Amino acid sequence: MAGRTSKRMGYEGVVLAAPATTPYQRFSKETAHWWIARALRQSLQSAGLSPRDVDGFSVSSFTLFPDTAVGLTQHLGLTPRWLDHIPMGGASGVVALRRAARAVQAGDADIVACVAGDTNHVDSFRRMLSSFSRFAQDASYPYGAGGPNACFALLTDHYMSAYGATREDFGRICVAQRDNALKNPHAVMKKPLTMDQYLSARMISDPIALFDCVMPVSGAEAFLVMREEDARAAGLPHAHIRGSIERHNAFPEDPIQMRGGWAMDIDELYAMADARPDDMDLLQTYDDYPVISMMQFEDLGFCGKGDGPAFVRERDLTIAGDFPHNTSGGQLSAGQAGAAGGFIGLVEAIRQITGTAGPTQVEGATTAMVSGFGMINYDRGVCSSAAIISGAGT
Amino acid sequence: MTDAILPPPKKDPQKRTRTQTLPSGLRSRAALGLTAAAAEGRFMLQVCGECGALQYPPRDACSTCLSTDLPWRDIDPAGELIAETTVRTSTNTYFRERTPWRVGTVRLDAGPSVMCHVHGDAPRGGRVRIINRLDKSGQGVLYALPPEGTPHMEDDPQLREITADPKFRRVLITDARSENAVALAEAFAKAGASIIFIGEPEGWRPYPHRAALEAIPNVQIVPLDVTDTASVTELAGEIGGKTDILVNNARFVRPGGIMDRGDTVFARDEMEVNYLGLMRLAQSFGPAMRGRGADGDNSAAAWVNILSVYAYSNMPAFGAFSASNAAAYSLSQCLRAEMRPGGVRVMNVYTGPTDDAWHQPLPPPKVAPAALARAIVSGLKDGLEDVFVGDVAKDLIERWRAGAKVLEREMSETDGGGA
Repeated sequence: MAGRTSKRMGYEGVVLAAPATTPYQRFSKETAHWWIARALRQSLQSAGLSPRDVDGFSVSSFTLFPDTAVGLTQHLGLTPRWLDHIPMGGASGVVALRRAARAVQAGDADIVACVAGDTNHVDSFRRMLSSFSRFAQDASYPYGAGGPNACFALLTDHYMSAYGATREDFGRICVAQRDNALKNPHAVMKKPLTMDQYLSARMISDPIALFDCVMPVSGAEAFLVMREEDARAAGLPHAHIRGSIERHNAFPEDPIQMRGGWAMDIDELYAMADARPDDMDLLQTYDDYPVISMMQFEDLGFCGKGDGPAFVRERDLTIAGDFPHNTSGGQLSAGQAGAAGGFIGLVEAIRQITGTAGPTQVEGATTAMVSGFGMINYDRGVCSSAAIISGAGT
Repeated sequence: MTDAILPPPKKDPQKRTRTQTLPSGLRSRAALGLTAAAAEGRFMLQVCGECGALQYPPRDACSTCLSTDLPWRDIDPAGELIAETTVRTSTNTYFRERTPWRVGTVRLDAGPSVMCHVHGDAPRGGRVRIINRLDKSGQGVLYALPPEGTPHMEDDPQLREITADPKFRRVLITDARSENAVALAEAFAKAGASIIFIGEPEGWRPYPHRAALEAIPNVQIVPLDVTDTASVTELAGEIGGKTDILVNNARFVRPGGIMDRGDTVFARDEMEVNYLGLMRLAQSFGPAMRGRGADGDNSAAAWVNILSVYAYSNMPAFGAFSASNAAAYSLSQCLRAEMRPGGVRVMNVYTGPTDDAWHQPLPPPKVAPAALARAIVSGLKDGLEDVFVGDVAKDLIERWRAGAKVLEREMSETDGGGA
């Protein structure tokens, strides 16, 4: 809140480690449980840990029903003393980090495994849309049942008329991410994308066309939160949390979404991290549609409100560019694995600043900003989150 | 500009009739307030009873002050279309079959923004007015219209999905002998109905307005006695597959309640016509209509019942007639539920005393046949589910909503006039 004077406690002594991504698949006959188990196992193995070492467990998933994190403990044989279930979709990665970090800092848990994953059956996307939330069920799904495509089409249409953005401006984001994805062997999209292809793609929900939309896939992402001394003792590459924010239902009086909750809290984030936008070596935004990445450039302080179109015209968003953005290809090109879409940027950022990103590595990256955005409850995304993390780099 | 629809081609009997699919009808209980308002074509939203804040989407608690007192109020429908999209692919079969589909965000002058269907003539970024109507699933949906009427605007394909416009549709009106028949047929002819079947009971007995009926364009008089199952079945066999709108106009009216009659002869006739007549028609015509809810521009669209408003609360001077209408009203609710999968609307038109021989001693106001016919056709064009015709019916439903028990006591004093 404005006028708050007390300084938030930092995250000293807590680190992020063992980033894990299970390669995504377009459709899967497996369950969310299966995907989450795979990512958890991969993360633990990379840290040399066994499931018994995990005493904190944080889960994000849309397709676990009828289970929650509770059912997963028994299913996966975990006996945590700290348990969390985060239903925040695209904001869940940073929120999981925030909560787990405080638990470790307070000694409520020693090692928290944060996992997000979902399966994608042939009909599961339709089923999820029709009952996504009460407001969606009552007030958006009955109107064309266009799902998030239609909701973001409305936001994009409004943004374009308010700020003079063109489809080509959004195309720059998508084309650059595809370029990044070609370096990521796990990305679902493997063909290059040109601006002409982007512009001539078929319309899905005007002005949203095919390459503005993410592809729903199956997949999972995971990382561990632990004490710095434990990570050092195990010889694990790790990242420090310099600052973080989250906000829900910001600016409810805006007639349509023009900004996210980041705009309320961004100054605090930079102050907590003692950093400026120029200090970021890379940015991972939540990118289910390019318009929301553009809003994040603005609301996270990289350019002014409405300057997003000019910003993407001036900057090179590829891995080797002057503003590396969504280096794994993001959801637009690597795929959206349900709630794992809220983790993809964070997990990639941990790899980047610990120098373990391999083919997508940004040279010399030590500091990254990650932002999350989630849950089109009715007409806009309700949850927003962001964090600045730093590592030793390459 | 809306393209005028053309007379539908003759149906190819070898082609499969398209199955009616529906938009999602799942709603929270609070959201059903929108549906209740849509039944009468009213645009209502919740307004906080404590702080006055307007709510949308429908809620259980005020998003300004957390009060749970959220009554529904009529709202100024003016607004501005601040964003729009044309949905070209949908996960829902109903919309998938009907793309492209225009939707938008309208910022109401009254405050909140609403997501809504958008008429093809609504200007991009311009002023619109919101209507609240029932969609094919029978749930209330918001729809943005251009601020003023436009040529052929009623033919907009998205609008036709939420109305039951008689244009190019084939109508069956029961009971040619009723004093309403001529006015009804004239109103449907004027509204562009392509065929107007008029069911005639006891054709051997002459009645004064037969010639007037025959003179109306597109009228075909057909034998139909709603008290005779064989007659109803036979007609359904002939025209059931091309009846798009059915107006159940047959009714048997006699004054009197229980003790002043002394026998059940009239009561039996009242039930035969007013209740069992509806049942017979619904059993014979209902299945075919329900199966043709998505059958092109002249799909089956609506079933109309003309009911006495005393179905809601008994008027002792016409006590037994009221009771038969209460039975028919209850049956109409069942018919609605059974017709819903086919997307066929059941519209009840409630009237106070009509201006006819059986209500002759009652004081005005009374509902003239032309007024009834106008209300029916405009109700269909508007896509309504409940229509209250005339001052008596409107007054009575308001009292009934305010307190059914209070009204019951008031009704026992009334001579049937002002209710």
